[in-house]
Amino acid sequence: MATPNTPLWEVFIRSRNGLAHKHCGSLHATDATLALQAARDVYTRRGEGLSIWVVPSSAITASDPAEKGMMFDPAESKIYRHPTFYEVPDEVGHM
Amino acid sequence: MAVPPIEVRETPLVLYTLRRADDALILGHRLSEWCGHAPMLEEDMALANMGLDLLGQARELYSYAAQVEGSGNDEDKLAYLRDVRQYRNLLLVEQPNGDFARTMVRQFFYAVFADLYWRAMMRSKDATLAAIAAKSEKESAYHVRHASEWILRLGDGTEESHSRAQDAIDDLWAFTGEMFAVDDGERSLIDSTIAVDPATLRPQWLKTVSGIVNEATLALPTSGWMQQGGRSGRHSEHLGHLLSELQSMQRTFPGATW
Repeated sequence: MATPNTPLWEVFIRSRNGLAHKHCGSLHATDATLALQAARDVYTRRGEGLSIWVVPSSAITASDPAEKGMMFDPAESKIYRHPTFYEVPDEVGHM
Repeated sequence: MAVPPIEVRETPLVLYTLRRADDALILGHRLSEWCGHAPMLEEDMALANMGLDLLGQARELYSYAAQVEGSGNDEDKLAYLRDVRQYRNLLLVEQPNGDFARTMVRQFFYAVFADLYWRAMMRSKDATLAAIAAKSEKESAYHVRHASEWILRLGDGTEESHSRAQDAIDDLWAFTGEMFAVDDGERSLIDSTIAVDPATLRPQWLKTVSGIVNEATLALPTSGWMQQGGRSGRHSEHLGHLLSELQSMQRTFPGATW
């Protein structure tokens, strides 16, 4: 239950083989230390992670879902932005 | 109770191992009683996690005790088919959960001890006990951190959380002395470097505990009187009730599996 004493925190976990921390959920905690502990107890019980970040949810600035069209639709027609039109010479090897 | 209790041949090593197994099982069961009842979801899971850590420790210790005893007992029989007077756990761990502060104080007193104890036991001459100690120490290290953070917040929190934490410290303090007591059988294991003398850990335990307690604006009692009996099977009235729930399934349907 959300109370003024237990604000919401967003939890990011870096998995064993992952390079980046990924958002995996949220939780309530009184402060950063307890949020980190709670994240460990709630989100890494099955060996999911090797590193945890917790961030106050209030610190996140989010895009407005109502502006989805303006924000993201224009990118859908720009397939040339994907680097798939180049021929890589064999000598380059693995990129 | 449909099934009679088993008999256990308590050689010093069997008795020693059973004592540690019973500590872990009973405290783990106490923590499991919070499941679905904790003040918040996050703590509900934290308490259940720690209960499962302790259950895992208990299973390994019971299996080893059964193997050393060599009388056909196994981890299930040792957990489910001994009567209350055959249990060898500390009185501290069987004390009821009470409120959240009381559970945390009990957890704090035990975890600080267990962490020091298992760390020292990693050097045991007994390879199995040393391996169990190495696994348990990582778990208890987290239990110490978890409980310590809560003691700080409860003690230095509100007037009510402070008084509840202080009441719990005052009530549970007399059960802490038993952690450091040793009888003749255990002394023989200590002399042969199979076991660790817990009395040698007491200065560090007191330093850690009083450090956190003072920082939390709480105080340890000055009374030196300590209650004992759990190690030899003389328990408080609470353990029988706990066991009647813990053992009811196997006592009613012997050998039931699912």
